[in-house]
Amino acid sequence: MDLVLDVTRAVVIFGAIMTLVPMLVLAERRISALIQNRVGPNRVGPMGLLQPLADVLKLLFKEEITPLRSDKILYSLGPLLAFAPAALAFAVIPVGRGLEVAEVSFGVLFVITATSLGVYGISFGGWASNSKYSLLGALRSSAQIISYEIAMGLALVSLLMTAGTLNLSEIVLRQDNLLEWNIFRQPLAFVIFFTAAFAENNRLPFDLPECEAELIGGYHTEYSSMKFAMYFLGEYIAMIVMSAFTVSLFLGGWNPGFTLPEGVWWTALSVGVFSIKLLAVLFFYIWVRWTLPRFRYDQLMSLGWKGLVPLALANVVLTGIIVTLWDSLTGQ
Amino acid sequence: METSSKPVSPSDSLAVNDSEKLTGYSKWKFLLYLPAVLKGLGNTFMHMIKAKGHKTFTIQYPEVKRPVRAGYRGEHRLKKDAEGREKCVACFMCQTVCPALCIRIVAEEAPWDDRDKRPKTFEIDMLRCIYCGMCEEACPCDAIELTEKFNIVSTSRTEKIYDKEKLLSN
Repeated sequence: MDLVLDVTRAVVIFGAIMTLVPMLVLAERRISALIQNRVGPNRVGPMGLLQPLADVLKLLFKEEITPLRSDKILYSLGPLLAFAPAALAFAVIPVGRGLEVAEVSFGVLFVITATSLGVYGISFGGWASNSKYSLLGALRSSAQIISYEIAMGLALVSLLMTAGTLNLSEIVLRQDNLLEWNIFRQPLAFVIFFTAAFAENNRLPFDLPECEAELIGGYHTEYSSMKFAMYFLGEYIAMIVMSAFTVSLFLGGWNPGFTLPEGVWWTALSVGVFSIKLLAVLFFYIWVRWTLPRFRYDQLMSLGWKGLVPLALANVVLTGIIVTLWDSLTGQ
Repeated sequence: METSSKPVSPSDSLAVNDSEKLTGYSKWKFLLYLPAVLKGLGNTFMHMIKAKGHKTFTIQYPEVKRPVRAGYRGEHRLKKDAEGREKCVACFMCQTVCPALCIRIVAEEAPWDDRDKRPKTFEIDMLRCIYCGMCEEACPCDAIELTEKFNIVSTSRTEKIYDKEKLLSN
């Protein structure tokens, strides 16, 4: 019975993410249109709601191209590796009270590990394409993700010092009161983490691996049809996962800001609260994308290594001092 | 980037940008990004909700058509007089003046008393036409004019050669 429940949970959550992706693509296009005083796709279906379906159909019927002197195995492996780890990370994220596919004691580490595996997909794709644009994109991506992972990890260290656990479900449980949300306890860590999350997902203003203006399309220049769609899917799923991770870590996860009473309906409410928070963060992602211009490469590295990493370290030290003082004052 | 007329030496272009030379307080200057970023986000949000006089510029074309301005030069039309005859007297003025050489007239004797000739065929190759309006200006009888029709599509090239009937009914 437990197995059935687990499988059901996994299938439902995975299905929900896969459904969210096309909606997100449409939302991205409509919101960008609103910001640029345009209308956006509004012809296919009511209010353009079927546009993602048309896009997917178009992608399916496109010709599948493999460059002549590419590494055939790595070339096919790239899109898979970009997609699978991103989806994997969602397993430990609680989408409602007690609703996660797996509750593991090292959940935070698991998410970080799984999401950073995505860089292999990008690197493999870029390397195997045998194209200089792809290779440059892949190189940039590797350097960028490795650099920003440090800032992200350090920001999380200070968070974990106050949380005292690596269990993601536990971290969410402890944020039941609005004032105990980690965004209020660790505002600096939140800013660093969120900035690094943008870089980790290759989103604007840090989308240098793609960088249409100078790299054509970066690592997926040579990809077409479903392989391209897989990269696209992986990118958006990574974005959803990172948003869900942010919500769980800093924005109280499924907690509506007060302690939830027992009961099925309250659990359902917690799922709703989580979804609303997730959508809000995703909206913020899109909003930022159509507001800020792309960073130059040296600016990106400079911000990461000279800005965020020292700031995160300082935050760790500060948090350490405060936690120690607090513990000695309260006599623990 | 500063724009200066002074030629830049290779070492200049390789030099690190200003923020990297700064120390102390200025080292943390990047934190000043945040207010600017928030300001930018506020600006785009105003666009999004169409506040502060922002509006959508898109014209939803097939349903809404942009009004045609006075003097617009679209497809040609051959005019008729009060008795329903074509005004054209086949003087060849438009064919002569046409810079794109797209008008071809074959004249014949007119069955009426008030004029000698009328066009037997009057063809305009719309693919060659540059819509300059010179034919309209050259015409002594005010027989040809450019309409406001701009939606000129067809599925073959032969369709785009307009004959007399088409031009008269245009």
